[in-house]
Amino acid sequence: MSSILAQDVIAPEIAWSLLAPFAILAIAGVLLVTVTSVYPRLRGGSFPAAFTGTVAAVALATLVPIWERVNGPEGAQLVVANALAVDEYTVFITAVICIAVFFAAMLLDEYLRRENLDGPEWYVLLLMSAAGGILLASAEDLIVTFLGLEILSIAAYVMAALHLRRLDSQEAGFKYFLLGALASAMLLYGIAMVYGATGFTSLRGIAAAASLTNDAGLSPATDSSLMLAGMALIMIGFAFKVSAVPFHAWTPDVYQGSPTPVVAFMASGVKVAGFAGMVRVFWIGFGPYLNDWRPLIAGLAVLTLVLGSLLALAQTNVKRMLAYSSITHAGFILVAVHAGSSASGSLLGGEAFLFYLLAYTLMVAGTFGVVTVVGGRGDGNHDLSDYVGLSRRSPLLAGMMSILLFAQAGVPFTSGFFAKLRVILAAADDESYVLAGVAMLSAVVAAVLYLRIVVSMFLVDPAAATEDADAAEESVDVDVVVAGDGVLAVPTTAMVAVALATAATLVLGLLPNLGGGVLTDAAETLSSLR
Amino acid sequence: MSPLLFAVEAGAASPSFPVLPSLIAIPVITALVLLMMPASRADYLKLTALVGSTITGVISVYMLLQFETGDAGLQFVTRADWLPSVGLSWFLAVDGISLFLVVLTGILFPIALLTTEPHHDAKPYYIWIMLLMAGSMGAFVALDLLLFFFFFEVVLVPMYFLIGGWGHEGRVYAAMKFFLYTMAASALMLVGIASVVFLSADATGGPTFDVTELASAQALSDTAALLVFLSFALAFTLKTPAFPLHTWLPDAHTEAPTAGSVILAGVMLKLGTYGFIRFGVYLFPSVVEDLAPIFLTLGVVGIVYGAAVATMQSDLKRLVAYSSVAHMGFIVLGIFALNTQGLQGAVLQMVNHGISTGALFILVGWVYERRHTRQIAALGGLQKAAPLMAGVFTLVMLSSIGLPGLNGFVGEFLILIGTFSAARWYAVVAATGVILAALYLLWAYQRSFHGPAEGDNASMRDLRLSEFLGISPLLFLIVFLGVYPKPVLERIEPAVDELVTHVEANVDGFEEPEPIPVARAGTEELIHEAEKAHEEAKKKEEEKKKAAEEATASEEGADE
Repeated sequence: MSSILAQDVIAPEIAWSLLAPFAILAIAGVLLVTVTSVYPRLRGGSFPAAFTGTVAAVALATLVPIWERVNGPEGAQLVVANALAVDEYTVFITAVICIAVFFAAMLLDEYLRRENLDGPEWYVLLLMSAAGGILLASAEDLIVTFLGLEILSIAAYVMAALHLRRLDSQEAGFKYFLLGALASAMLLYGIAMVYGATGFTSLRGIAAAASLTNDAGLSPATDSSLMLAGMALIMIGFAFKVSAVPFHAWTPDVYQGSPTPVVAFMASGVKVAGFAGMVRVFWIGFGPYLNDWRPLIAGLAVLTLVLGSLLALAQTNVKRMLAYSSITHAGFILVAVHAGSSASGSLLGGEAFLFYLLAYTLMVAGTFGVVTVVGGRGDGNHDLSDYVGLSRRSPLLAGMMSILLFAQAGVPFTSGFFAKLRVILAAADDESYVLAGVAMLSAVVAAVLYLRIVVSMFLVDPAAATEDADAAEESVDVDVVVAGDGVLAVPTTAMVAVALATAATLVLGLLPNLGGGVLTDAAETLSSLR
Repeated sequence: MSPLLFAVEAGAASPSFPVLPSLIAIPVITALVLLMMPASRADYLKLTALVGSTITGVISVYMLLQFETGDAGLQFVTRADWLPSVGLSWFLAVDGISLFLVVLTGILFPIALLTTEPHHDAKPYYIWIMLLMAGSMGAFVALDLLLFFFFFEVVLVPMYFLIGGWGHEGRVYAAMKFFLYTMAASALMLVGIASVVFLSADATGGPTFDVTELASAQALSDTAALLVFLSFALAFTLKTPAFPLHTWLPDAHTEAPTAGSVILAGVMLKLGTYGFIRFGVYLFPSVVEDLAPIFLTLGVVGIVYGAAVATMQSDLKRLVAYSSVAHMGFIVLGIFALNTQGLQGAVLQMVNHGISTGALFILVGWVYERRHTRQIAALGGLQKAAPLMAGVFTLVMLSSIGLPGLNGFVGEFLILIGTFSAARWYAVVAATGVILAALYLLWAYQRSFHGPAEGDNASMRDLRLSEFLGISPLLFLIVFLGVYPKPVLERIEPAVDELVTHVEANVDGFEEPEPIPVARAGTEELIHEAEKAHEEAKKKEEEKKKAAEEATASEEGADE
């Protein structure tokens, strides 16, 4: 399929085989919308979800030969007029994004049926968003970075607002769009300034410009105020996307209002792509200006960690709690970014960064999977009290949820612990002890919120809690299954998705060296380009 | 299980199967088996848990028998890479310091399972206990700094659920407090671990978490060592718990179910003091030497404060909990005396405290089960209705007080002499703790077991035979270790000696003070030893004479 298109439509120097994952996702999106409009009976049912899941798996599979190529003698490839890089790093991030798509598709299936929202649009947007994410992660040119970011985000804005009957969802979509657009504008302005300072939009050009000199013996980039302002604006743009404090304010509202499976993708896929783009732009393009932007990252990390974990304490809505938890995780990832960008060239930071993204994606996908199920018809049961007695209504689900939550808290023998451990090790290697200390302490504060959910699920007596709830709440949703001894019906696909995420979390916690070479190679690509 | 975990290197004592990995693996496997079993048959679940923990206990005793007594080094060494890129490995071993803690864990768990029953949800209860056993075992046998931290942290989860799920009225609060306090205190320890590893990386040739390598490298500057030690000390002080970080303990102990209290007191508190010895004194000898007065003070304050507060308690379980604070103060004192006697006493006292406080918690649990109250005021005259229980209680209580002839005495005595030769006045103040212990325990005993029995107290059921048999191993150990502690002490001593030598070698101007010449408790032994020494001296003299005679004879011969 792709080869026909390649011959007929697009110029031959585009290396389709290397761009296969991106192409597969994008073309599958178009195909899905076409096929379902030709055969309307395919619109409902499980076809779109199965299709999307398969596409994600196929895209994942194409990564294997690509990895072999870029990891072999050919090495990293710059394709499409040097605008995209296909290297180990791209492959790794693409894999993580595909995993996120896979989980989101599995969660969406039953969710849409439950909410009477069946249709292929969700999956088309999901595929498009993921394709944008891949573009963002592999962009070697700021224009392409922007393009990727927009494709990624616009699809996500729409998905956030796609629960047509819920006002919350509309509000979330609108908020997400407005703030996201602001962030994009800043990013674009930053790109313009960097171009003004250096005369390049390509990352390697920008990096090289730092060492160029003109007739007067000055580097064009010595107009550093322009360059600094540009980098700062670009950083703000990315900080919005990865919800780093103080650019996080949209996160709790959007997470709370958006359809839960979409949140699963926003928290995993979108965030991963945002971080991936940020790291590529800063490590490669702005590598020579390391000393200027590195302190900013450290500052962002501290703010994100401290505020993210503290603000979570005041929440009682599980989706909002998890939104703050994802902010705290972003803080940890920023610590890894900080450590990985040290001048020493140690690979620990890069490895920590990549491992964290993978572990985090699996944990967060599983956690929001459980939230999707508990949310119930109307997607409204997200209060802590809705989790009371979950251990009786569905012991398996509650058990897996607690594993996922403890993993997020960083309990040993889970991937979450190794993710945090790698970050702390990298920070210690870099001698950023204060940063490491702040990170660990905020992990403890963040643990409170995970424990509160676990307490609700296991330790609160359902009978006592319902009495309290009846007394306190006046308006009770009719559709809501009241916390009690009834068995919670868990859809199979959701259960499988959560089980897969839990299993992966445990496996990565017991065999943390699994695919260790992949991590090292991917981290190496990044640092070798600096 | 990965075969990697079982790759065994030849150690000093290397039996035909991987002893230490199996100590961790068998409880985990038991937990998995329990997970597969139907929840409705509580009796089968209990039996399975009991079998799994007993097998583990038997293996730990087997290990004790195979242990080379005079060897100060690590034994049963097992090594397997885990995350080689950062130098993390499954490095398991025991020496004289950890040996008896492992055995204690192996004995206490089956007893705790045997003597107590969960009142609901038996399946998860037993699963958590088995996971707790695996974690505790792991923490005592891990010689990889990070692996220790793993187990140190992971035991929080089962304990959290045990307290929160099967505890008393304030259980959720107590569980949360327990988890967060401990996690908060050990959060910085991870940063400390990472720092010490990378700061010593040059000296050890690449990052490694191997404690022995880190200890011999001693590569940290004074300030760095101080900061890292403090990050460790915070975690261990809280876990021990030493004054002033003890506030979580009364809550956790009081609210926990009986088995939880037994394990918490018997095994988990030892993680703190064991950590101080293994990862504090061993890794940072000079800092420990500098800061010893501070910790000696904390120890003494803990002893007096714990005892004073225990006296005031109206709740029997809370009283025992505060007595733990006092007892753990003794152990801290022994550790920071930094000499062979003190450390030896501290290690022994860890075991003793596990036995006697564990037994006390079991007894208090039985009283609560029968009377549904722990308030001392509501009890009284129990002795008439339950003479056997009163007898058992008396023995255990006397052991906890430290009556000569029972186990508690030996440990406390060694600690006090050790402290006396290192820091005289601390020992003097600490000795009052022994008197206070007699005060609060005897007083509590008197109020609850003596006097006229009224109402339900008069009809309280005595111990069943099965209950008595369940606790009897502990009673046996209380008497045995009090009368004949030699087999234990002679296994602890070489390792402790080596540790003190390590401290002497790495701290300028530190020398172990001349020990007060009482190496063993019991006058008979002393006399025996003196006689032996006398005989040996005689023999030596005779030999010398003989040698001299021979020499003169041969000289004469040569002359001729």
